[in-house]
Amino acid sequence: MNLALVGVSHHRAPLELRERVAVDIDAAASLAHTLAEGCEAVVLSTCNRTEVYLAANDDPTLESRAADALVDLARGRGEDLAPVLYRLSDESAALHLFRVAAGLDSLVPGEGEILGQVRTAFERGSTGPLLDRLFRQALHAGRRARVETAIGESPSSVPAAASALAQQVFGDLAGRAVVLVGAGRMSELTARNLTSRGARIVVVANRTREHGEDLARRLGSRPAGLDELAEAIGSSDIVVSSTSAPGFVLRQDELAGSLRRRRGRPLLFIDLAVPRDVDPELAAFDGSFVYDIDDLEAVVEASLAGRRAEATRAERLVAAEADRFREWQASLAVVPAIASLRARAEEIRSAELAKAEGRLAQLADGERRVVEAVTAQIVNKLLHLPTVRMKEAAAAADGVFYAQVVRHLFGLGEDEQPR
Amino acid sequence: MSSPSSRDAESPVVTTVMAELLVWPALLAYGEAAVAYAGVLRAPVVSGRLAIWGVRVGWVTQTALLLVQALRANGFPWGTWAGALDLFVWLVVTAFLLWGCNARYRLVGLLVMPVAAVLLVASWAGGGTESGEGVHSGVLLGLHVGLMLAALAGLTVAGGMAALYLWEERRLKQRDSRLFRLRVPPLETLDRLAARVATASLVLLTAGIVFGLARLQRGRFDAAMAITLALWVALAALLALRHESRLQGRRAAALQVGVALLVAVVLPITHFAS
Repeated sequence: MNLALVGVSHHRAPLELRERVAVDIDAAASLAHTLAEGCEAVVLSTCNRTEVYLAANDDPTLESRAADALVDLARGRGEDLAPVLYRLSDESAALHLFRVAAGLDSLVPGEGEILGQVRTAFERGSTGPLLDRLFRQALHAGRRARVETAIGESPSSVPAAASALAQQVFGDLAGRAVVLVGAGRMSELTARNLTSRGARIVVVANRTREHGEDLARRLGSRPAGLDELAEAIGSSDIVVSSTSAPGFVLRQDELAGSLRRRRGRPLLFIDLAVPRDVDPELAAFDGSFVYDIDDLEAVVEASLAGRRAEATRAERLVAAEADRFREWQASLAVVPAIASLRARAEEIRSAELAKAEGRLAQLADGERRVVEAVTAQIVNKLLHLPTVRMKEAAAAADGVFYAQVVRHLFGLGEDEQPR
Repeated sequence: MSSPSSRDAESPVVTTVMAELLVWPALLAYGEAAVAYAGVLRAPVVSGRLAIWGVRVGWVTQTALLLVQALRANGFPWGTWAGALDLFVWLVVTAFLLWGCNARYRLVGLLVMPVAAVLLVASWAGGGTESGEGVHSGVLLGLHVGLMLAALAGLTVAGGMAALYLWEERRLKQRDSRLFRLRVPPLETLDRLAARVATASLVLLTAGIVFGLARLQRGRFDAAMAITLALWVALAALLALRHESRLQGRRAAALQVGVALLVAVVLPITHFAS
């Protein structure tokens, strides 16, 4: 069986081309079913890539069919798309998918969403024995990369870093109270990241109350003026600030009282503003942590460096999984020969027993069963080593030659050929 | 069930050899775990896995050793300072294992396992891991010593968690950009767990003191008992502050480490001195 992959990704194609061939999961499933006539098909489409995987028995048109499908998707920009398409087959296609599933081919190494996207594409695709095995093993490789290395453990964006810091302080964020100061885009992104992890935005405080009201409505919280901040902060866990004020909005002299009353209960200040909103002196209080935009960007940079270091280990792991897949795929080449050999042996055994039926008739039932079992065992033992050796040879790329030799030596398939 | 007389008939050589056979794997496994925990800072996944398996193997082996000691002895087998140390190490490792299998608690192992390995070596050097006859001092002594040691083991682990809290809090305050390279439990979780373990330790300590007082002979109140009561008062005051004044964070953790230091410095001189 052969495997072909044709795709377009962020490595070579600009966004304007990628968005041409990007499809949602329903359209990807529909395309896979259309392509699956006489073969297996899976279409994987994410914001960074669209890939078509096809597998069939000795079909030389697989690659061109996959490429045509992508060109058709490009809707009149096919000539621009053709130069940036990548075409891979068999072992290299498998390795590519394993790297994709492990997040090694992503813009941010180890990003978490891709594994789920590969799983969905697999579940909605038209798979057979080869693509089923390929995608299951890719998902396994992706999980291993995340469990056995730290490639996906640290945050890769400023909002994610803010949420990860909050989790490092509080653990589970479910029910944690967040105060938003300022109604800017960055604070909204951070707020959404926090709420996706269970936190709730209790107050949106803004200099212009109307702007705050709009964001508060979208986040399901209460709008407030900056003069109400001290009271709101007293009972909150996280403060995200991003105003355009020229000086500190959250000053030590104003908040000292409410911070002392917390008696060490943690409070995390995330200051996304430039110039800063949060007085760094607030970090002097027990349980108070202040992170500004530079701190968060340093966390992200260190995280990405860590991910890149872990990627080297993940690459080794993925390569080992790809080797396993290659061995399995190679063994497919000798499976028909092994099956024919075993069928031929069984045919001879049955025929010889049938010939001896006259003499065996005088045996008791128990003795006949013994004869059956002994002859079957002889056949199995004789064929065991050739079977194992053929599978080993298949893994070493000699499989097809061995299979031909076996067919020739045992005359397998000659009955069907004209003499 | 074998009676004491039938146990007497068993060859003491066999149980001695069994105890020797068990103590070395336990020592090696704890030592390996301590070394592997030190490597967690450089290679978290592999070292962490080697470390936790060292702890598991060591704990199983030491449990078997304690069973052999218990089966062999006619009295309380851990009545000497070295024997008590043996049981104490087992209790500390047991308390650590409740959380230690979680990758985030590896650094607690870095604090706990070297101490456990060194104390087990001290116990072995003092003859505490041998299978002897035990001390014939009744059930009350056994309960007193067992409960006291369990309480002290709990306080040691709570101290380890509080120390980890202080270290992690410092990293967060300093805004260490490599914060996420090492997996450490969240601050609040560490604070909450240290408080819970300390509360359980106070209950055990109270029960241990009650059994100790029950077997106390008139006029025998000594320095060890005074120190034990002082520890109880310190621990109770800390928990009262936590509960009534809602004290938490750095100060609570520092006080918890102080209590653990009190355990580490004073009690070996008193309770392990017999």
